[in-house]
Amino acid sequence: MAMVSDTVELRGHIIDSLILPKVLDEIMTLGGTFEIVDLAVGHRREDPSRATIRVTASDADRLQAILSRIGQHGAVPVTGEDARLVPADLDGAFPDGFYCTTHFDTWMSREGRWIAVERPEMDCGIRFDPATGRAETIPMHKVRRGDLIVVGHAGVKVAPIDRSPERSVFEFMASSVSSEKPKAVVIREMAAHIKTARAAGGKVLVVAGPAVIHTGAGGHLERLIAAGYVQVLFAGNALAAHDIEQALYGTSLGMSLDAGMPVDEGHEHHLRAINTIRRVGGIKQAVEKGILRRGIMHACVVHGVDYVLAGSIRDDGPLPDVITDAVKAQDAMREKIRGVTVGIMIATTLHSIATGNILPASVKLICVDINPAVVTKLADRGSFQAMGLVTDVEPFLRALAEHLVPAMSHGVS
Amino acid sequence: MRPQTSLLMCPPDFYGIEYEINPWMDLRRPADPERARAQWRALHGTLTETLGVRVELLTPVKGLPDLVFTANAGLVVPGRFIASRFLHPERQQEQPTYEAWFRARGFSIETLPEETCFEGEGDALWLGDTLFAGYRIRSDIRSHQAIAAMLGCEVLSLELVDPRFYHLDTCFCPLDDRRALYYPPAFDDYGRRVIREFVPEPIAVNDADALRFACNAVVVGRDIVVQSGCDALEKTLREHGFTPHPVDLSEFHKAGGSAKCLVVWIPSRDDRSVPSVLE
Repeated sequence: MAMVSDTVELRGHIIDSLILPKVLDEIMTLGGTFEIVDLAVGHRREDPSRATIRVTASDADRLQAILSRIGQHGAVPVTGEDARLVPADLDGAFPDGFYCTTHFDTWMSREGRWIAVERPEMDCGIRFDPATGRAETIPMHKVRRGDLIVVGHAGVKVAPIDRSPERSVFEFMASSVSSEKPKAVVIREMAAHIKTARAAGGKVLVVAGPAVIHTGAGGHLERLIAAGYVQVLFAGNALAAHDIEQALYGTSLGMSLDAGMPVDEGHEHHLRAINTIRRVGGIKQAVEKGILRRGIMHACVVHGVDYVLAGSIRDDGPLPDVITDAVKAQDAMREKIRGVTVGIMIATTLHSIATGNILPASVKLICVDINPAVVTKLADRGSFQAMGLVTDVEPFLRALAEHLVPAMSHGVS
Repeated sequence: MRPQTSLLMCPPDFYGIEYEINPWMDLRRPADPERARAQWRALHGTLTETLGVRVELLTPVKGLPDLVFTANAGLVVPGRFIASRFLHPERQQEQPTYEAWFRARGFSIETLPEETCFEGEGDALWLGDTLFAGYRIRSDIRSHQAIAAMLGCEVLSLELVDPRFYHLDTCFCPLDDRRALYYPPAFDDYGRRVIREFVPEPIAVNDADALRFACNAVVVGRDIVVQSGCDALEKTLREHGFTPHPVDLSEFHKAGGSAKCLVVWIPSRDDRSVPSVLE
């Protein structure tokens, strides 16, 4: 395998404060090697020293991890070097050696100035627009021939990755994901953070799977939407279809949610529901015509919640609102996450992962699933601000709604 | 008459827990405004009346609950104010108030590079001619490099590893040219080695006292104003020839601060404690 390397510089009182040995130790601990290219030691105590260090690792990911880590101790890619920009030679692909982004705040150097990279998102590239002087993340498929793309690590820096605001509670929860945690306490903390986020003007994003409907939790989510605690909803065809099935027929996948029994011809209900919506052109039209009068999707339309329904290979119908081109769906989601500061991921694996992939690290994630493996996977997706809870969806949403929208209250305006 | 060294404090008129930016803050554990005012007055009284320190006052501003923690305003050296760059937006709003105060009194206002974070005396404390500086939780290490260049002094950077001790002044307190209090678990191994190497007589503080903000003390010569109830520390201080002056600042612990967080030093040029490198 080809080794990759980058040169960093460390300045200051790096010898007395043991910063130099610490950085060298960290490089080795993280599996890299180093070569001290240059070391200028200050003559008097107050004189700073300077070390130029070449860091080498087995692959770009490992090198990136090392550079992020030692960056916190002040080791920066050699100064004076601008980020290297290479024009894309093809539509839909980066030039070779492109800088691969993290979801942390990132800057690129241009003519000796640091430019913040807009819309931090992992697994993208960085495009610089010389006309506006702005830099932004760009997913591979959006690259157009001639776009200026950052190549290599030089001239790029990433913000310190942890020690974020309000870290303590989230850190406590992220320490491990266990079904043994006191759920009431955890849900209360979650509710408090949602309230704080809303008070600060942040948007709340909910990513939900159809289990929300199957378990009879749809009403709780509806209450949260009506009370102004949800601004964006990401889901698939299934959540919307079963929500509408329930609104029109009182069943979910043919099961009566009141009696818990299959009803006659119930297996057809969700198809009839989808067909009804297709006949009028969409969910919004069905609400406007008075066909759809309740449920989560109805609440979204009535309360102006932005929703993105992304399709999958096994969808029935699908509903006209469903975006069946996965790449277009990702782009639609990217548009809607602006301003989101809390993401709640409930009982869905793929949608949650897809969402986690496009959210910046500053967004706090709340991950709830009955399967501990799913919660761990989501909580561990590089975010330092994830709270996980292993529980059934219905009691979670019931308790959350009870905290945020007590039965006697009319919620926030 | 030449100006004397003084302290800057800000009355807690608008102090309260209005957000959570450290593990001590909890919106469900609000501060009691009356008790906070009484505790602050007791600290002010101890400093001014008992110890004869000149204390200047900053006018409180509604909506800036943490303005009471003047230690984080910046780092003051004779005639110069190196302004903080707060990590959290909640506290960034305090900066114009501090800068205006120092500007109005003829200080030159010096700013750090835009991409750095630095939280003033909260993360920068003198021991002799050396500035000990904390980083990684609030301030970042590149601010230390900039300060070393601005002041031409040695800055020893200490990584803080326990979020409860998020500023250096919560876990490290120089007492004189030879001695400093410190709470070893708040530092990594490198930081502990640096302290033992460069502080001739480091004094470790135990867990119970550290969690009571024992290190967040105000040192006035041989007199140490410290949170009450730090029994082990009081005994140690007396053994080293210091006089502890306990005050209860429990209402401010709810925001993660104690005595030292509530003051910032404004050294005058003739103060013998001013590092000689700055003369």
